[in-house]
Amino acid sequence: MNRCAPFSFYTERRLVLLTGRRARNLEELLKHLGEVSGACVFYHTHQQYLSHHFERPLFFNDFASWAGRALQERRLAEQLAAVDLLAHTTIRQVREEVIQILRARLEEPDGGVRACPPGDEFHFCESQSFIMPTGQVAEDVKNFFAKIAEVSNLCLFFHFFEARLRLGRPTNDFSQWLAYCGYDRLAWAIDALDPYAMTLGELQARIVQLGQQSGLA
Amino acid sequence: MASRADWLNVSGRLEQYEEILGRETVDELRLVADRVRDRRLQNINSTPVGGGVAEILTRMIPMLNELGVEASWDVIKGDQAFFDVTKAFHNALHGKVERVTPEMFDVYRATLEENLRTMDFNGDVILLHDPQPAGLIQRKQEIGRRWVWRCHIDVSAPQADVWEFLRPYVEQYDAAVFSMPEFSQQLSIPQYLVAPSIDPLSDKNKELEPEQVDRVLEKYGIDRERPLLIQISRFDRLKDPLGVIAAYRMVKKRQPCQLVLAGGGAPDDPEGEQVLREVQEAAAGDPDIHVLLLPPFSDLEINALVRASTVVFQKSLKEGFGLTVSEALWKRKPVIGGAVGGIKQQIIEGVTGFLVYSVEGAATRAAQLLADEQMRRTIGENGHLHVKQNFLLTRHVKDYMLIMLALEHPREHIVYLD
Repeated sequence: MNRCAPFSFYTERRLVLLTGRRARNLEELLKHLGEVSGACVFYHTHQQYLSHHFERPLFFNDFASWAGRALQERRLAEQLAAVDLLAHTTIRQVREEVIQILRARLEEPDGGVRACPPGDEFHFCESQSFIMPTGQVAEDVKNFFAKIAEVSNLCLFFHFFEARLRLGRPTNDFSQWLAYCGYDRLAWAIDALDPYAMTLGELQARIVQLGQQSGLA
Repeated sequence: MASRADWLNVSGRLEQYEEILGRETVDELRLVADRVRDRRLQNINSTPVGGGVAEILTRMIPMLNELGVEASWDVIKGDQAFFDVTKAFHNALHGKVERVTPEMFDVYRATLEENLRTMDFNGDVILLHDPQPAGLIQRKQEIGRRWVWRCHIDVSAPQADVWEFLRPYVEQYDAAVFSMPEFSQQLSIPQYLVAPSIDPLSDKNKELEPEQVDRVLEKYGIDRERPLLIQISRFDRLKDPLGVIAAYRMVKKRQPCQLVLAGGGAPDDPEGEQVLREVQEAAAGDPDIHVLLLPPFSDLEINALVRASTVVFQKSLKEGFGLTVSEALWKRKPVIGGAVGGIKQQIIEGVTGFLVYSVEGAATRAAQLLADEQMRRTIGENGHLHVKQNFLLTRHVKDYMLIMLALEHPREHIVYLD
């Protein structure tokens, strides 16, 4: 087993900030989207993954949900939901793709004619994240896979979602550390997981499973 | 009967929360509390009893103290004229048309001047609740500290003159806190979203023995055998008690049932007595309508009444948040609520209850629920889980502690803590 520095698990707690901005139609959504912070775009493309749902939501992306539900723009909702967050390494890229989709819809003859019913406006929010160590430290890779089975959803969310897209790291923290420790194939396998296609619980189980398949868990 | 002072001295309860909510929830609280330990959080509001704010503070202060935050609670003083004015402000901020005169603004200013002279501002963070004490922010220039305005009411469509009167005060704060995204305004200060909460260990929400429930029903002459519809709220027009009576009358044509309208008064709500009289008049002649004006500290009785009910109404026309919904959901009761304010967050349509827009809607849903025990059970279980995950005191306390941290890191979207 390669020797490497221990891995410290971090977790996060979040507060939701209200921007006071609201949109009633696509034009307003587009206008605000060009002006809000990156934290706001991150919030509306990620917050659903941390929420409990009685039923799996149609779309995890708030822009898509709102377009489909409040504006009855179902085709647009599907297009917005199809924005591949894994294909982007910065929030700026995500924002640009969403804006492109909205612009294209607004250029169509019937684009932008619909307004939401009163009370169903889109409210732009953003989150403030407080990152702190959980106190759990993996001394080696075997110990890492033992610990990963115990960490909370918030810990997983930080190392997998927040670290990569919001903090601009090239991959998730786990893959980065495993590669550093010399476990390139395992690092690649974890990096290849699509966290946006599963719940956090499922993601955790898949990582543990990859560790088991490698004889490390 | 427990007094406010008794509650505020309660400690050693975190273990009890652990029993109900699991260790992870309490560990999470401690994790955040370690970062704000020994800081002073001073709460200021306008009434020591009655209404959601006083209830939350009664439960929150001991928990914060047990976690190591020095939390305290002060109440501003005001006469009847002041509370008449702030009630008008309250209605106007909710969007109800009120005639507000320059003299009323003078009464507000004069009362707060008086409080500024007598109140000791000792918090590192000073958290003022609702419009009544908002003007105390004038002291910030002199003493500094961090000031937060916590708005519990729906200000999504406020009457312009009242909001424009308050706005200059609000914008002097370091931050504002709202219960719903819809309530936020275009302000120059950060605005946080924090939903209010209920306490699962309070007398109003804790588990009761069946005999305790029976005793309360017997006391008020309520029949245990027939279905019971209930609305618990202050006697306030915005809670639409007359609409609830009208809905009940429609249901009763189809199914046997009784109705309880129960609530207390609050010293800062002078309109309550008049509304109570109107409700009593509307209910007159029907022995199956029980209008109960409950004194302060009737929480056990309210708990028993809700637990005895079949379906719960919260048919508000305007609502800040409507914690009575979470209280009922926690007890696994299906709730029919007006589609306003925070009720929309608590009731997931068809999952934890039903949102309605009319008397007819309320009656139709009540009749459906009375006829379908399985639906009541499923919705009740969902509601309990929804509250457990989103609307309990533990989450609320954690959010306030995070705000204390946030104030030390303004404009930082990601804050690293050791």
